[in-house]
Amino acid sequence: MRVQIEPRATTPLSLRAMVVLVTAFAALVLIAIPVALAGASPFEAYGLMLKGSVGSLFAVSETLTRAAPLILTGLAAAVAFRARLWNIGAEGQLYAGAIGAVLVGSGLVHLPPPLMIAAVMLAGFAAGALLMLVPALLKQRFGADEVVVTLLLNFVVILLVQMLVEGPLKDPLALGWPQSVPLIEAADLPKLLPRMRVHLGLLVGLAAALILWVVLKKTALGFEIRATGENRAAARFAGIPVDMTMLKVALISGGLAGLAGVGEVAGVKGYLSADLSPGFGYAGIVVAMLAGLSPIGTVFAAIFVAAVFVGADSMSRATGISNYLADLIVALSLLLVLISGFFLRFRLRFRAAAGNTPGRRA
Amino acid sequence: MPAGPDDDVVLALEGITKRFGALVANDHLDLVLRRGEILALLGENGAGKTTLMNILFGHYLPEAGTVRIADAGGVLSPLPHGSPGAALRAGIGMVHQHFTLAENLSGIDNIVLGTEPMLLPYRQRSAARLRLAQIIAESGLDVDLDVRVAALTVGERQRVEILKALYRNVRVLILDEPTAVLTPQEANGLFEILRRLAAAGLAVIFISHKLGEVLAVSHRIAVLRVGRKAGELVTAEADRRTIAELMVGKAVPAVHRSAPVVGHPVLEFERVTLRQRSARQSLQGASFAVRSGEIVGLAGVSGNGQQALAALTCGLALPDSGEIRLFGERLRRADPRGLVATGVARIPEDRNSDGVVGTMSVAENIAIEDVRGAAYNRFGLLDGRAMAARAREAITGYDIRCPGPDAETRLLSGGNMQKLILARVLEREPRVIIANQPTRGLDVGAQADVHRRIIDARDRGAAVLLISEDLDELFALADRLLVIHAGDITDAGPTGELDRGTVGMLMAGHPHAANEAATA
Amino acid sequence: MEILDILLQPNFWAAAIRIATPLIFGVLGALLCERAGVLNLGIEGIFVAGAMSGWMAVWLGADLWTGVLAAAAVGALFGLLHALLTVVLGLSQHVSGLGITLFATSLGYFTYRTALPDVSSPPRITPFGPIAPDLAGLPVIGPLLFQQTPLTLLAVLLVAGVAWVLYRTPLGLALRAVGDNPAAVEAQGLSVQGLRIGAVAAGSALMALGGAFLTMSAFDAFFFGMVNGRGWICIALVVFSSWQPAKALLGALLFGAFDAFQIRLQGEVGQFIPGQVFLMLPYLLSILALVLVARKADYPRALLQPWFKGQRQ
Repeated sequence: MRVQIEPRATTPLSLRAMVVLVTAFAALVLIAIPVALAGASPFEAYGLMLKGSVGSLFAVSETLTRAAPLILTGLAAAVAFRARLWNIGAEGQLYAGAIGAVLVGSGLVHLPPPLMIAAVMLAGFAAGALLMLVPALLKQRFGADEVVVTLLLNFVVILLVQMLVEGPLKDPLALGWPQSVPLIEAADLPKLLPRMRVHLGLLVGLAAALILWVVLKKTALGFEIRATGENRAAARFAGIPVDMTMLKVALISGGLAGLAGVGEVAGVKGYLSADLSPGFGYAGIVVAMLAGLSPIGTVFAAIFVAAVFVGADSMSRATGISNYLADLIVALSLLLVLISGFFLRFRLRFRAAAGNTPGRRA
Repeated sequence: MPAGPDDDVVLALEGITKRFGALVANDHLDLVLRRGEILALLGENGAGKTTLMNILFGHYLPEAGTVRIADAGGVLSPLPHGSPGAALRAGIGMVHQHFTLAENLSGIDNIVLGTEPMLLPYRQRSAARLRLAQIIAESGLDVDLDVRVAALTVGERQRVEILKALYRNVRVLILDEPTAVLTPQEANGLFEILRRLAAAGLAVIFISHKLGEVLAVSHRIAVLRVGRKAGELVTAEADRRTIAELMVGKAVPAVHRSAPVVGHPVLEFERVTLRQRSARQSLQGASFAVRSGEIVGLAGVSGNGQQALAALTCGLALPDSGEIRLFGERLRRADPRGLVATGVARIPEDRNSDGVVGTMSVAENIAIEDVRGAAYNRFGLLDGRAMAARAREAITGYDIRCPGPDAETRLLSGGNMQKLILARVLEREPRVIIANQPTRGLDVGAQADVHRRIIDARDRGAAVLLISEDLDELFALADRLLVIHAGDITDAGPTGELDRGTVGMLMAGHPHAANEAATA
Repeated sequence: MEILDILLQPNFWAAAIRIATPLIFGVLGALLCERAGVLNLGIEGIFVAGAMSGWMAVWLGADLWTGVLAAAAVGALFGLLHALLTVVLGLSQHVSGLGITLFATSLGYFTYRTALPDVSSPPRITPFGPIAPDLAGLPVIGPLLFQQTPLTLLAVLLVAGVAWVLYRTPLGLALRAVGDNPAAVEAQGLSVQGLRIGAVAAGSALMALGGAFLTMSAFDAFFFGMVNGRGWICIALVVFSSWQPAKALLGALLFGAFDAFQIRLQGEVGQFIPGQVFLMLPYLLSILALVLVARKADYPRALLQPWFKGQRQ
């Protein structure tokens, strides 16, 4: 028996829906294995995760709080990957944004709250954008692969944060813990619900998703970004300034990740410390891939991933199963979505061997 | 050589059928090949010749049909489908149109690749060298085996490809469009070698779409048309007319070209130099001019500087020295959008990699050169309806077969993609047209369409630079001919006063010999 | 001069070699994958998985070399997964690699935590000892050779082994060809997919050995975050090594020397400059190395390009 692979001409919506469902189902089944091996019932574990992530107002708020930075790092990855700029440095750009927020927001300037918030966001966006400019320029001038450079810079930036919070930015009132001086009150992002942690950063993320959607679909810049990513040579031939477009993408991508950092500092913690992000930057890449690089899809994917993490935390406290399960679920989802992408682009044909074998086209 | 008795048959294909989706590339094809015979497989682009040979060599799996090959004793037995390894073991070798060589390895490495047992912890070179020396002496295919393929010329690489097959003791040798990258003189040299090999017993299948060379070298001709065998003839008894009609199925639409009405120089190159990776591909002090109302053809074997020239004329590069003038003004920036705005139409050499963004829609690809222009932008946003309307005009006007303006461009056939590109660039009534291999891979009907539009544009006063590797096309379309060799451009003069031999000499870099031939 | 003092100490060179060893494994592994045309960004995760599984095998009672074998096997398995996604299905090598890194890391951490839920400090095993402790005191050859563990010796032997296979065997020839032009390999009757899958599996096994060295030789326990970017540094060093095993060894040693130097320098001037600056230096150096060679690098031509049998030419 032979299996032949043919490219599909169209991908109907019904097929997409079916693929999503099958992928989700496969994920649930596969994850049950480690859960069972860890000594718990998968159904019980899933139930606890569901309850912990969306089972109460508090849970929903926690999930949305967790989703806010993921929306932004997801958008950062989505716009970059659309242009084939492999920005794996969202983690570092997030921290850069946090540094920018603290530099401007901890007493450098005193403005009324709306302006103060804007200032802090601008600082964070700029910091993330400028950081991403470095690998983008290195790639253009020297041909240095941006995957490795952005990855390595993550480590550099985190060390920088450690250095700053143990040194110049250290909070003398923090009883010796290495954390930065706090933001002034005017810079704090207001909460969206009373006594809940979900903050304005969520709305910033939603607005960013909408704006990015409009830009990509309906502006000349978005056209240029898509063309550059999908066929750089043809875009260049047609006169699209591909180098400049890539730099613009780098600034936008880094800036969005920087905003995620601002949100965490100004909306959740109030100060900067080296453990500000439990891998939001990397998770953003998974979010973007789950969303198929679509800005609107990123919002939903971010909420999904956030629910997984929040739910796993809650489940872990109840059952004692390590909450690394959340990372495992997210990683597995990424691989499954990747595989599902194959089935959306190609169809398989099974035929009997010899004589009547079906043909295959590259 | 007349058809011999059946026990001289080395290869028999029966009922080969191959489909790509809805397209039937091969439709119940039969073919027979005898020992020592040179069979030409003739047909226009898209007839299914390469597909058939790819099936024979095991790259593709057919829907139906059998291949039988004779073993050493002459007994025909079936060849399993889909395995180049099996084909090689059965004695079939193939020289592909795009060479299958690893450029980071030497010639001998490429030849020996796959011939030694994989798990051997060492390599056996001396035996291979001895055999190859013998093969080189017998066949006349001289090339330095220890040079990295990346440093070999196209002609030398082809020799390595052929040696690869001969080293494997093939009894059947397939050559796919081997003369596409050779000068007329080099092609004749190749034919000599093929005749010698055939006389020694090798059976050769020779794919071509060029009538002239098929008549020169083959014993028998099989003509394919739209996937079917249109006819089979013995070369000695064949005439051009019959064969041409078999190939195309109807009278070939002749391209009529009236005398040009020539005006002022519009595009001028003055001692332009552009360095590339190798000296041969660089442009060295090129000077020429194209005037309005004329078609200037650029002939040359690929890899002699055409790409550098094209990059300069399309706004993708600036010269290292020298001056390029458009409408009398010096070009100072590499600015494709600026060129388009000034009225330059550019048809790229490779429509798939440079011409269209396959995953974008037809409408987007038509608008792509103009995406920041006023026509498509309203209030800072793209005007989708304007783009769709423009696309519908183009689809009707240029007969682009596609599901609609929103269809993904990669689904279009080569011919329709080329029409899309023409629609994109010709609609603005350009004053200069840079056409780079504009009919590569297109069937005769599509070719004629492209030719007609180019001539129409020229009749309206456009200046056309036609870069092509197809001498037939150049002689049919160009009013004047330039020839490029190793980056040097020679003006050969009006096409009416030229013959292929002279042009061939110039393409090979022998201007003096060409002059002698012309004045002889 | 302080610098010269540092460089002349035998312990410095012993440390340099020790730091270089996991990188040697990693760069060799990445080199094999990329020579065949496949970028394997799963390296960071495979390091973690190798570190964890090698250590755990020993902790569960196996002897050290069985542990090494276990680590290699785990690495090869992740390599096969990456090969399935990128070679057979032709999916994005970047995304698949990153996915494997996330998957292997999280699986490693989860398994470790689940097996050892209540420990406050990581449990330890008896790691590899020096090759010849009695001879460790000899000048020059003591710290350079006898003080090192068998895994370091294995790394150097593998450099020679990989070089031999690549340049002196038909298999190596086929590997070098498939990374340049898969069509050439297929036209000679060989299997492009088979070669690539094999190269990725073997390369990933080597990568896992790099991780195993960390938990079974350099240290004796498994810590979260112990790999700390070594995998990515290897990816940069592969470019620097022009995909040649000898240069890979050289690059890893140079890097090891630099890192050992930076650690000692920190001891000298640590009061004036924060420690983190020194810790940044290895990463910055890797970026610099990449930038210096990237322009002229002879990337395998078929790198990152999927191949489907019967590809139309």
